[in-house]
Amino acid sequence: MSDEHIVSSFDEDMSRLRDLFLEMGRIVSSQIQAATRALRKEDRMLAKQVIANDKQLNRLESELNDLAIKILALRQPFAGDLRQVVATLKSAGHFERMGDLVRNSAQRTNTITKAEAETGSIETLVQMSETVQVMTNSILTAYERSDSEMAEEVRMQDETVDRLHNSLFREMLTYMMEDPRNISGCMHVMFMAKNIERMGDTVADIAKELIYMATGEWPEGSRTKKDKTSRIVIEPEADA
Amino acid sequence: MNTDAPVSDSGAKPIMTARNVDVFYGKKQAIDNVSLDIPENQITALIGPSGCGKSTFLRCFNRMNDTIQICRVKGDIKFAGQDIYDPKVDVVALRSRIGMVFQKANPFPKSIFDNVAYGPRIHSLSESKDHLEDIVITSLKRAGLYDEVSDRLDEPGTSLSGGQQQRLCIARAIAVDPQIILMDEPCSALDPIATAIIEELMDSMKEKYTIVIVTHSMQQAARVSQQTAFFHLGELVESGDTKQIFTNPEKERTQNYISGRIG
Repeated sequence: MSDEHIVSSFDEDMSRLRDLFLEMGRIVSSQIQAATRALRKEDRMLAKQVIANDKQLNRLESELNDLAIKILALRQPFAGDLRQVVATLKSAGHFERMGDLVRNSAQRTNTITKAEAETGSIETLVQMSETVQVMTNSILTAYERSDSEMAEEVRMQDETVDRLHNSLFREMLTYMMEDPRNISGCMHVMFMAKNIERMGDTVADIAKELIYMATGEWPEGSRTKKDKTSRIVIEPEADA
Repeated sequence: MNTDAPVSDSGAKPIMTARNVDVFYGKKQAIDNVSLDIPENQITALIGPSGCGKSTFLRCFNRMNDTIQICRVKGDIKFAGQDIYDPKVDVVALRSRIGMVFQKANPFPKSIFDNVAYGPRIHSLSESKDHLEDIVITSLKRAGLYDEVSDRLDEPGTSLSGGQQQRLCIARAIAVDPQIILMDEPCSALDPIATAIIEELMDSMKEKYTIVIVTHSMQQAARVSQQTAFFHLGELVESGDTKQIFTNPEKERTQNYISGRIG
């Protein structure tokens, strides 16, 4: 597509829309990074900062929503522009949701750190978190380049997060069965893991939007979901 | 461009087919090798920048270009399987089958009734005065105008508002029971309400008629048509399902035009 629109203010609106979206994505990424660090370092100050920073995302999303609606109502975009506005609008909602999940994880970090609750190893959780952060960074690059292949790769990366989640789920169940005093901390870790697993799914959903944005076609076939935790049962006897 | 296969892929039966159509004004070529199917009982929108040839192409369908001396049409245009440029074709009869509504409403300086009765009278379509009255009333009803003018059918057509005059012209076109109605920017002089009334009317008319509309309003093409054909510099760049054209066109030229990047 030619780069320049005949109406320059249209280009300005579209450019602002893209900037807002990328800014949201970068904040999500740095929030994930900070939340992971707070968890690893048991840093309650940092966790509180993550909780406070979420407001920024909500504000940006609200600005992006207003702008997207203004573009749809006043500019009535078609074709590639239409797809970009719609995909951006929907994906911004996904970023906002990711922000909420990071905030919830940070709250839990704060709680378990304060209570000095026993959680066992958090290595798998950190790994999940780092994977989602990499996915988020890649999706931002894919958006900037309108690169559907890169988006497809991100979509597939979610499998790694699902597998880690399955393994963490087993770890935590076993750890809880070993000593009921571990339950409180482990439950928080499991909820954090669920948050991160949901974030992985959400980035994969953004990837789907970006594929439509770039190609005009929705990706064929459904993504393989590797999260099996809803079907896992571990009997105490079997483990004893 | 493929010379044999229909360009339209709407799946509906074509009532009109154009193959390898060239149009010249003197030496200047206005249409270059255009092939397009017009599906029956659908609305086909022709879009493109000014001077792209869309109106010229529309006017080929009922041989309105015959009225321009320097205009030559080459290629094959068939209506219900018959070559409309065959020398044996009665052009007046053809235009009663393929009516036309223009950009500017052009009622005759006659009463509302006589405007609509004009066609049936010259084509001797009515058997009696009552029958003629029936035709006029039915046509006005089909054009969505009857309720607004039923008590003043003897008043001049020119006394109506712009939107009503345009609907009077639609009533006049359908009074001779055409199969196709060609519309050349029928709403460009109308306000949004009058435009919406005509668009609503077109939607209901497509059950009985096939409509081909030239419009400069991309939004109008998107709203009313099932098939869209994009013309640029005398060529048919792309045609197909309207939703597809406006969300994911195949050709970059279409993408650029509909998103405001070429004028």
